Amino acid sequence: MKFGVLRFPGSCDEVDALAAARRVGDAQLIWHADRDLGGADAIVVPGGFSYGDYLRAGAIARFSPAMESVAAFAADGGLVLGICNGFQVLCEAHLLPGALLPNANLRFTFRQVDLEVVHADTAFTCACRSDTPGPASSRLSIPAKHSWGRYYADEETLDAIERTGQVVLRYAPGHNFNGSLRNIAGVRSEAGNVFGLMPHPEHAVDELVGGSGDGLKVFQSMRLAVEGAVV
Amino acid sequence: MLIRPKAGILDPQGEAVQRALPALGFEGVSDVRIGRLVELEVHDPDRLDAMCEKLLANPLVEDYEVQLLDGGGG
Repeated sequence: MKFGVLRFPGSCDEVDALAAARRVGDAQLIWHADRDLGGADAIVVPGGFSYGDYLRAGAIARFSPAMESVAAFAADGGLVLGICNGFQVLCEAHLLPGALLPNANLRFTFRQVDLEVVHADTAFTCACRSDTPGPASSRLSIPAKHSWGRYYADEETLDAIERTGQVVLRYAPGHNFNGSLRNIAGVRSEAGNVFGLMPHPEHAVDELVGGSGDGLKVFQSMRLAVEGAVV
Repeated sequence: MLIRPKAGILDPQGEAVQRALPALGFEGVSDVRIGRLVELEVHDPDRLDAMCEKLLANPLVEDYEVQLLDGGGG
């Protein structure tokens, strides 16, 4: 199992994502100007401020050569995880529905958040199930840090993604600090192989420094899915 | 191009400015929406809409308006 972690000018969480991925498999960085994804089985689009967040967060990264390859990889069913700025990039690239807008409180906010696992039958949350290794979880405690994290889609789209099970994670009551509609913290594509979330699972892979190890479940899930063990 | 948040989408920046104005004595402002202005010099104005759709605006959350001005000798 090999993860490819993109690195854009302005990325800042790619090294943590690499370290998190290496806890469950092999992982390598992919520079934004490279079209070659290096035979990766799954891609992580990391957090940070790609291209300085110019224009809108993620708007310019979307057109990078590496992202063109990621779009083709996703179209072929490859697993793609977008974290924070990576989520913004995937929305801008229309690989995920909706958009991320400035936090309702207009502040950059950094805090640990509790997330409700709405669907554990996904390639990104299946390690939360009771029939996979490790303890089952219906909640994840993961840090979030961003100023553009308010999930928005029009009502019709929101109804549709709820109906099709694309809303994978919600902020637990009292934890939706950014004003996301319907408390949505993480969504997947209709086909289920692309997933984005604003909180940072890669920062919560070790209880010593991450407040919890819950974030590892996302990477473990991807490994289980790639290996065909579940989903 | 004038790019602004779509009607109905919360604009917290506009709301913050709206709250600040009365404190400075500017009463009677009932709505503030903040967008951005992009100035371009182009030879082919027919492509401006496509530029907005593809990059300059996010049509999911923003409306845009193209205003053509006579160039300064360009």
